[in-house]
This record gives sequence, C-alpha cells and structure tokens, in this order.
Amino acid sequence: MNPSTRPSSTSDTLTNDNIVIRTENVSIFYGAFQAVRNVFLDVPKHNVVALIGPSGCGKSTLLRCYNRLNDLIPGARVEGKISYQGVDLYDPKIDPVEVRRRIGMVFQKANPFPKSIYENVAFGARINGFKGNMDELVERSLRGAALWDEVKDKLKESGLSLSGGQQQRLCIARTIAIEPEVILMDEPCSALDPISTLRVEDLMHELKKRFTIIIVTHNMQQASRVADMTAFFNAEATEGGSRFGYLVEYDKTYNIFNSPKQQATQDYVSGRFG
Amino acid sequence: MTSISPGSEETLIDSSIKFQPERLINQIFRWVTIVMAVSVGVILLWITYSLLQIALPAIQAFGLGFLTNSTWNPVEEIYGTFPQIYGTILSAFLALLFAVPLGVGVAVFLTENFLPPKVVTPIAFIMELLAAIPSVVYGLWGIFVFLPAIRPALQVINKAFGWIPFFSTVPGGRHLFGASLVLAIMILPTIVAISRDTMTSLPPQLRQGAYGLGATRWETITRVLVPAGLSGIIGSVMLALGRAVGETMALAMLVGNANKANISWFSPASTIASLIANQFGEASGLQKSSLFYGALILMILTLLVNILAQMIVGRFQQVE
Repeated sequence: MNPSTRPSSTSDTLTNDNIVIRTENVSIFYGAFQAVRNVFLDVPKHNVVALIGPSGCGKSTLLRCYNRLNDLIPGARVEGKISYQGVDLYDPKIDPVEVRRRIGMVFQKANPFPKSIYENVAFGARINGFKGNMDELVERSLRGAALWDEVKDKLKESGLSLSGGQQQRLCIARTIAIEPEVILMDEPCSALDPISTLRVEDLMHELKKRFTIIIVTHNMQQASRVADMTAFFNAEATEGGSRFGYLVEYDKTYNIFNSPKQQATQDYVSGRFG
Repeated sequence: MTSISPGSEETLIDSSIKFQPERLINQIFRWVTIVMAVSVGVILLWITYSLLQIALPAIQAFGLGFLTNSTWNPVEEIYGTFPQIYGTILSAFLALLFAVPLGVGVAVFLTENFLPPKVVTPIAFIMELLAAIPSVVYGLWGIFVFLPAIRPALQVINKAFGWIPFFSTVPGGRHLFGASLVLAIMILPTIVAISRDTMTSLPPQLRQGAYGLGATRWETITRVLVPAGLSGIIGSVMLALGRAVGETMALAMLVGNANKANISWFSPASTIASLIANQFGEASGLQKSSLFYGALILMILTLLVNILAQMIVGRFQQVE
C-alpha cells in the first residue's frame, strides 16, 4: 500500500461538531529521521480511540504530539496540522503548558511523584491555581479513578507505597483532577496484572462519559474491549534501512476486528504478525 | 551407590593435596584484604587515642571551659578556643549560604536541558577542575586577587548597612567574610557534582509526569524534581559542610587569625584549623596539649556533621 494516500476512514459519519482532535497529514521527525508519515485521524468526542500496531509504528510518538510532550525531545518536529477544537496546537502562539492542562496524559509506567497520595492528586490543581475545596477535589478524583475506597484511610502515605495497579489509578486520578477534556493513555496497562488491567478498563468505560480518551495499546483484546474507534498503524522500512510508521486503517473498532478493508490490518488483528 | 567407589574418593583427596597456584593466590589475596581492612580501623583508633592522650593535660586543666574561654595566652598558659569554634562554625555557615543556592542552581541548570550537551560537558569539567585546585592556591589567589577585588564592594556595604552588626566593621585586608566566600568557591564542586548526579538519576517518568499535568519547567524543577532529589542534595551539602569545617590552608591565609569572636563578618577572625596551622611549630607542653584538644573538638564537630548527614539522608529516603 502506498502510505501517502489517505486511508479509508469513517470521517463521513462524523460531523465537525463532535470532533475534538483533528490530525491532518501529520508527519513527525526526529532530526532528519522521519518517524511517522502522513497521518489523517479525527477523534470524536466522548469516544475511546485505540491506536494499535507493531512496535516502532509511531503510535506512541503520535500520541505524544497531541499534548506536545514531544517538545521535550530535542530535534522532534511535527509537519501537517493537529488541531484541538479547531485550534492549531502547533501554532507558535500556543503555550504548550496550556495544551497539557487540557489534554492530560497517563503513562506506560505508573509514575506517581514521591509525595503523599493526597499531594499527588492535588499537584496538578495546585499548579493550576485551583481555589476551591481541595479535599473535595482529591476525593472526587480518587473516586473517579475507582481508588478512593482503597486509600481513603491513608491519604498521607507515599504514593509509592501503593501496588502497581493502584499507582496507575492514582496517576489517572491525578490526571482527572486537572479536569482535562482529553486523556491520552500510553499503554497504561502494560505493566499491570490481569485483574488490575480489568479495573482500569472498566474505569475507561466510566471515564469516557466525561472525557475523550486516546489509548495506545499492544493488547488487541484490550482495544476490542474498550475502544469505540481503532486505528491500525504499521511500520515500513525505507531504502536507507530506517523505519517509519503510517496509518493503515481507521474505523469503528468492530469493523477493524471483523471486516478490515486492508490486508495488513486483517493479518495483524488475526495475529499473523506483530 | 556403586558409582561412588573408594577410588573416586581417593582422587578427591588427591586433588586437595595437590599444589594449586590459584588456591594459594586466593588465600594470599584474602589475607591481604583483611590486613588492609583492619589497618584502616587501627589507624583511626591510633589517631583518636593519641589525640585524647596528648590533649589530656589540657582537658584536665580547662575542662569544658575550653569551649567558652576566649583567652589564648602562652605566657600565662591559659587556653580557650571559643573564638576559633565560633569562627569555624560561622565561616562554614556563610560558605554554605553562598554555595548551596549556587551549587544546586548550577546542578539544575546542567541537568534540565537548559543548555545543549556540547556546552554542559565543558562546564561540568570546569566544575571538577575547581575541586582539583590545591587549597594553598586558593589562599594565595584570595589574598592577592580576590580580597582586594571585593574590598570596594564590602566598603560600600559597610557604609550603607554599617548599622547592621554583621557589617559594622570597616573591612581590612583579611576578614572572615572574604575567607568564607573563597571557602564557598572551594566547596561548590562538591555540591554541584553530587546534586547533579542525583538530578540525572531521577527517573525521566517523573519529569514527564509533571510536564504532562501542565507544569511549567520551573514548577517541574521546584515542586517535583528538587523534592525528589532532596536526599542527594542534602547529602552533598553535608559533605561540603564537612570540608568547610575542616579546611585549613586557605582559611589560615585569609581569615586574619585574630583571637577574638567578633559579631561583625568584616573583621578578622580565626578557626580551629587555622589556629593549629599557625601555632603547631612552636608549641610545647600545655600549649601543644591545648592544640590537640582543639583538634579533638574539630574531629568531633566533623563527626557530628557526618552523623547528622546520615540521619537526614536516611529520613528523606524513608519518605520517598
């Protein structure tokens, strides 16, 4: 398949109103190396969108561009247009700090701060100059992350004293405490046991009522369980030997797993490679 | 059972009797390391014992009054080291006051992507060179270059803020304040090197987590990274304090060696180390004994600093 052609998508079923993030012909570079090529991808509101594909296909790279976290990597560069509610995220006038306050992120490895559970959740609100009732916000966020009952008696203990699954839900609580509109999740369950994974997945169903979620996952069952829409990325080698990622197919999750239009998608979801 | 015949037992015994060079080397190595390990302890005990033994006449003569008495009179054989203890602690404190913010700032500046790696490497190298300069060189530079250079500024401070007791004397050629500034430069590399190691060893996920929540670089550094690396930073400060308390040559050259505890930082002062460096040549009898008493106090002081450092570092590690 020629990766520069626009993959089939369901954008005809989406109206402009309910698109939160629009990705138009985006390519991502690290220095001279092109990591991701010509991606078109629209994210509808209150949906869970899964990005799947083999390692090195650029799905995490793309995810990190949605809240401009790739800015932190020297030499990273984005071409094309990523817009959030109609605003170009890479407009020079845009403050990346402000972007990250509206588009939160949960990472692959749970990364609570070496602070108390309470302070972990309160951190984002504090730096945002939150004036309201902090206790209430912390409780609400921890409830939202389905963690409150487990930690309500030990809010003063270190966030690092929790189990891996609890830490990841703490990170989710920390993220929803800043009331973002979109939550990016970079393989949030890859370090968790199956039971913790199920809890986080249940949580995602709950969270999408309030937020829009984009999740990168290696786990195809997870994508089929949680995602409304799924985008399949693949990697291809260039003449120079380096690899770049591109979007193969983006459709309703059911279609991606049951009647994909591209052969590569069919091969991947049926486990023939990747 | 039948496979273990008496014959195989014999070969086992044989092989242990047979000369094996590796085995011998192993034995020798074992003994050499034991001797080395023990000798470190023996030397420490020897030093402590001789300090106590030689200081004993002074301890018996002056007791704890040695710590509070300001007289150092070889003619009448009355000795006290209050000005020296005061000068030691104050000079170390002033040095930390300047070196800690600067050192932590440099460490953060070198680690948090403010500068391209091409610039960071030479700066880090220069910081390490700073630690390699012998203290007598610092002393010489301080007395002929640095102190004259800062004197006009100190005179201005004295004129403007002379009503504050700390700045109340007109700064002369040598004074506690100038000595402390040079001391600050000397301990800076210790703080920078260890704080920098701590900051670079922090997991990158912490940084991303803070940025991902919409923290600015300043908020990420001050609210997440520095608190997370606090144990290492405090450890570096304590090591620097240990060095500042014991530093001898540069202070003996710069501090002025006045046997008087003065509230003003701009007046000449003395430290325990500078006192010993200045007097050991002609000391005998009770004076020598008093110098050893001073050395003992200095040793206890640095020991306390180190114990305190261990306690603080341990406490912060528990929180993490």
